[in-house]
Amino acid sequence: MENAKKIFNKTSFLIPAVAILLGLIVGAIAMLAGGYNPILAYSSLLEKLFSSSYNTGEAIRAITPLIFTGIAVAFAFRTGLFNIGVEGQFMMGMTGATIVGVTLDLPWFIHAPLAVLTGAVFGGLWAAIAGVLKASRGVNEVISSIMLNWIALFLSNFIVAKFLVEKGQQKSRPVHDSAMLTIDWLIELMDKARMHWGTFVALICVALFYMLLWRTKQGFELRAVGHNPDAALYAGMNVNRTMVKSMFISGVFAGLGGVFEILGVFGYQTVMAASWGYGFDGIAVALLGGNTPVGVLLGAILFGGLTYGSTGMSFGAGVPSEVVRIVIGSVIFFVASHGLVKWFLKPFLGRRASKRKEAV
Amino acid sequence: MNVLDTIGQLINVTLVFSTALIFTALGGMYSERSGVVNIGLEGLMVSGAFAAAVITDYASQAGLSASAPWVGFLAAAIFGVLMALLHAVSTITFRADQTVVGVVINIFALGLAIYLTKSLYEGSGQTPQLDNVFEKWAIPVLKDIPLLGRAFFTAYPTTYIVLALAFISYFVLFRTPFGLRLRAVGEHPSSADTVGINVTKYRYIGVLLSGALAGLGGATITLTTTSSFAHNTISGQGFIALAALIFGKWNPLGVVGAALFFGLAQALRNFAQLFEFSKQIPVEFYYMLPYVLTLIVLAGAVGRSNAPAALGQPYDPGKR
Repeated sequence: MENAKKIFNKTSFLIPAVAILLGLIVGAIAMLAGGYNPILAYSSLLEKLFSSSYNTGEAIRAITPLIFTGIAVAFAFRTGLFNIGVEGQFMMGMTGATIVGVTLDLPWFIHAPLAVLTGAVFGGLWAAIAGVLKASRGVNEVISSIMLNWIALFLSNFIVAKFLVEKGQQKSRPVHDSAMLTIDWLIELMDKARMHWGTFVALICVALFYMLLWRTKQGFELRAVGHNPDAALYAGMNVNRTMVKSMFISGVFAGLGGVFEILGVFGYQTVMAASWGYGFDGIAVALLGGNTPVGVLLGAILFGGLTYGSTGMSFGAGVPSEVVRIVIGSVIFFVASHGLVKWFLKPFLGRRASKRKEAV
Repeated sequence: MNVLDTIGQLINVTLVFSTALIFTALGGMYSERSGVVNIGLEGLMVSGAFAAAVITDYASQAGLSASAPWVGFLAAAIFGVLMALLHAVSTITFRADQTVVGVVINIFALGLAIYLTKSLYEGSGQTPQLDNVFEKWAIPVLKDIPLLGRAFFTAYPTTYIVLALAFISYFVLFRTPFGLRLRAVGEHPSSADTVGINVTKYRYIGVLLSGALAGLGGATITLTTTSSFAHNTISGQGFIALAALIFGKWNPLGVVGAALFFGLAQALRNFAQLFEFSKQIPVEFYYMLPYVLTLIVLAGAVGRSNAPAALGQPYDPGKR
């Protein structure tokens, strides 16, 4: 447990908590400025989330991909890489799953795992491109993965429109039932909310994220490279290979997120004008969670809940749902500028510190 | 359509697409030359595009006509500066991670712009089509030169402005004390500090200039191409500008060249539909083209160490 204690300490909870509070306040100010009632808005957000089992189930559905993309970003962060390309890897995961799900005809116990695996590998390899470019050519992974995001979008559209398309529509043929990973009894239980196995896989991935990085020799290498590549190199670690490996694993997590959107939720893939943004939200989730396993999980719940609940805000209080993007943006802003938050907290913390001194 | 005309038209459209990219990439250059990474260019462009659409609309309603887009253009720069101020305060004063804050700017700016659009226009996520936008200027006499006239001398005022700005930037950056100091701050802030240059001040100037210029870049798209603002008005142009900045090796003239290259890649996509042979290639590949080219260029042509040496590192005078 020593390691776990090192990962979670007091300030790692305090800063995000204050950041969330400040973010909600910024959102409230924006609503007041726009002439809306923030209290009504936030309460309709909560009501949307908990009013019915359908809505709660759908909120869980919205949270699930964020857990995957959050872990993907956090994993890369821990190894010193900023994987802004999760968006594209997510999309490649979707495409991989759709290809296998639509074109093959297999018994379910082979078909579903094969579709999942294909999507995960698609995501991993797509991320590995950025890793290889960085390791071999020194290309900044931020720039290359932004480019790869756009390429993934158009490549996926091309594959769907050219090879998998349902005649006359802007989407693929439906994925065969044998590849689908919905949980029918839970769907009944949650009043037709789209529940699927991806949620459980996401939780397993959270555990995997912890075990991989903090419980294996490879994980130690990955973190060492992230901490100080020069020292890692001096200690005899292969920094370049570690970078590619880290990007691949990060991409697998991202790809899995995309896989379950297809196999668990939609059952088909559309031709998209723009990407969904789960990858970019994953960055937010990872930052808020301090790149820790539990933190990412909590961050995903917060952002997924806010995003899903925002439709309730526009319905219940007439507030444009984009105000939630302002809240999310502000929350990460405050987490990133923790100097600002500490400065803000100084009067409170200072008093406590001086009291402690008196006690001594 | 004859060949000469088509080529002239292609160059002309390239210039239209490139103008916004040059504005934004020049902005990014000022920020990154001072040592501050600016991934938020996309968000700054969104802010500019939004402000240009709304202010031009209001100015038109207030009775201005031909001057309305100029008011909007100016407002875009101001709005961009305000958004960049957020970036500057957190990354320079509070030493937050520059890449992360850039991502925040992107999320925040788009959210804010759409939120305000919906608040101002009764729930519509798009501003109304503007009546007054920039008109192309045809330079007398020069416009009648075959090919060149059509290509270069019938363009939007923004194109002429941005090309002048690129040359001015080159002069400022490499021929003035200000430029020398800005570059010094980006290369080796502690040395710069030692000789009495105010690192914080120069970094603020760099980041705020990037806000103003990226704002103008966004405004260019609203006022010359789309005539309105919606969530997809910018869609990735800021990131392409960032790529142009890197491809152009953080040099104003290099940036112009790179932006023209990306503009051409975008223009080709429109022209691909005109000919039988180019229609054979699926349209998605034309969409991909600028991004694939960027990757190839980054992997092949750009060496490892062209970026300002202190790029991405917050300056902490207490550290050695």
